[in-house]
Amino acid sequence: MNQPERVYFFGTCLIDLLYPKAGLAGMALIEREGVKVIYPANQGCCGQPAFNSGYRQEALAVARAQLNCFPKEYPIVVPSGSCAGMVKHHWPELFAGEPDESQAIAAAQRTYELTEFLVDVLALQLNDLGQPTKIAIHTSCSARREMGVADRIDSLIAQLSNVEVMDHSHKTECCGFGGTFSVKQPDISGAMVEAKCNALLASGADTVISQDCGCLMNIGGALEHQQHALPTQHVAEFLLQRTSGESE
Amino acid sequence: MNQYQAFYKRIDKALHNDQLRRNFRSAMDGIRQRRLAQFPDKQELQILRYRAKAIRNKSLSRQAELLERLEAKLTENGIQVHWAETPLQANGLIHKILEAEQATSVVKGKSMVSEETDLNHYLEQRGIEVIESDLGEYILQMAQEPPSHIIVPAIHKNRFEVAELFQKFHPEQPHTDDVDELTGCARQVLRKKFAYADAGISGVNFAVAETGTLCLVENEGNGRLSTTAPRIHIAITGIEKVVENLSDVPPLLEILTKSATGQPITTYFNMISRPRQPGEKDGPEQVHLVLLDNGRSRIRSDEELVDTLRCIRCGSCMNHCPVYVHVGGHAYGTTYPGPIGILLEPQRLGIDKVGSLTSACTLCGACGEVCPVRIPLPKLINRLRADAVNAKPSEKGVPGTGALRSRSEAVIWKLWQSIYATPLLYRGFKFLATRLRRIKPPLAAGWRRYRPIPTPAPRSLGELARQQGYEDE
Repeated sequence: MNQPERVYFFGTCLIDLLYPKAGLAGMALIEREGVKVIYPANQGCCGQPAFNSGYRQEALAVARAQLNCFPKEYPIVVPSGSCAGMVKHHWPELFAGEPDESQAIAAAQRTYELTEFLVDVLALQLNDLGQPTKIAIHTSCSARREMGVADRIDSLIAQLSNVEVMDHSHKTECCGFGGTFSVKQPDISGAMVEAKCNALLASGADTVISQDCGCLMNIGGALEHQQHALPTQHVAEFLLQRTSGESE
Repeated sequence: MNQYQAFYKRIDKALHNDQLRRNFRSAMDGIRQRRLAQFPDKQELQILRYRAKAIRNKSLSRQAELLERLEAKLTENGIQVHWAETPLQANGLIHKILEAEQATSVVKGKSMVSEETDLNHYLEQRGIEVIESDLGEYILQMAQEPPSHIIVPAIHKNRFEVAELFQKFHPEQPHTDDVDELTGCARQVLRKKFAYADAGISGVNFAVAETGTLCLVENEGNGRLSTTAPRIHIAITGIEKVVENLSDVPPLLEILTKSATGQPITTYFNMISRPRQPGEKDGPEQVHLVLLDNGRSRIRSDEELVDTLRCIRCGSCMNHCPVYVHVGGHAYGTTYPGPIGILLEPQRLGIDKVGSLTSACTLCGACGEVCPVRIPLPKLINRLRADAVNAKPSEKGVPGTGALRSRSEAVIWKLWQSIYATPLLYRGFKFLATRLRRIKPPLAAGWRRYRPIPTPAPRSLGELARQQGYEDE
């Protein structure tokens, strides 16, 4: 795909309410490359929470409200692997047999996870302006398996000359978030995130970076609960900071 | 106690057992690495998976015809075929065969289908001695526990725990916690059983319609002894295990052993085609095959869930499951644990009985990624979640459909829908949440046990995007 003139930005409900800086950073990264970002004001949620809880009618109603926010054929960029995966892989299933099925399939086909868009479409070149730092990358399961874009975040980070990526054990294993899983099976979720936190703490990283705010809410929350001072950050914010000379 | 409470109780017990969790962690880490080493070429692996999937799909789509051919060919070969609809019927059939031959002792090779039917207890209650001859199963028989894994059934025990069991049950043997010596001890005990047992009972990995061959994959030689030393051999398996041609077996066998234990091939691979012929020196005088349905025909009638039956029981999905690795197999409380158990057991036993299993999945996709026959496990588990809370259950569906629908949860999702599908309401909700961000609703107690309730940002992305002049269409 050539560089488009405009894209839709689907900020996701989690980023909208809890992590707007991650959304703004993603939008800024895209605009910096000369692509105009449209942020449909009526957007909300992809429908994933209800879909993964078995409430498909409710998920469909919410997904449809989003579909109506993206009427034109611009690419849809989503700063989250799991929400991008919901649109790309589950909207066609969710809308099957509905009057707007073809629109849903078309939307799915032009949906990109943010790092995927930055690498595959914009061929983003980065110049690291930040101080030397060590990070650990937690790739969400949806980005890794459903979307198959785990290497995009790695290749973006690899362009940053002053950033050292620290390895951690059981890197590909789920952090235990799983949306409503963390509420329905809180103790398994707690055990999983504890193991994930221990692995990240042992990595020697200064910051944990991910392309998914769901994982970061889980991991960051658990680190805070255990009173560890290891910060977490969405990859878009991290990339923007490193390349614009800003620091927190 | 409802099924959720019972499930939480088993999970709690597992999570508080540090030894158990260490055993699973190290065992699963090892088995994952061994599998990975068998598939150095990722593309080749994908080719193998597509091929195995196609073979299993072919078998399932022509199952009725293949089962007929299988029965005809087996009968021609002198193997007696029996059909069972339910576990109880299967157990009854096997008991009748044993009774007719006045058989009072049985050695068993490993069979998960016999776990499905709880065969050992059935026969023991009728005065028949049953000895498990697979080392793992033998350990569990001493411990009086069900398997915690379908391939490595005693994986939840480390060698010191096994040594304790041997000490207790075989005080005549010298105490040791050396794995080879323990194996030697079991071999001593079991050899005698093979010699005098009247009948051997085994499972089947592939039943070949073309040739009437029962294939049995194993590592210890106990399968071969169980099926050749006693005068009667009874094999029991699910009807989905039929494949058409002998040439279908090698691709399935290769991906089975590599996926299951990370072995290029197992130590033993048995192909059983007929009973002992005149002039032959060994082999059973009678060979029987019990083909069990137990819900499989119903599963097959659902065009989506039929994929469940592609399973070749390699256990790879549980080996890679991040939930299984933390809680182990017993926490599931069903014959089949892990992702395949979450998918299969509610279909077999009913959502009203074990539908809560579907909650023990993060939909991370690790199982689907390794499944050698490409069963879309996360997708189908999510489908069962929808069935579990379906407000309009149909008679034809999964048994117990709609059983887990609760009014309070349904109300929450309706409320969620009305907020998130109505832009004006959603904006109002966000306005309040961001302005009152310091007020933490006392929701989701389970979440709060391990993390705080997250704080909304001072302004939502929607507001900030508008302020910064981003266009909205």
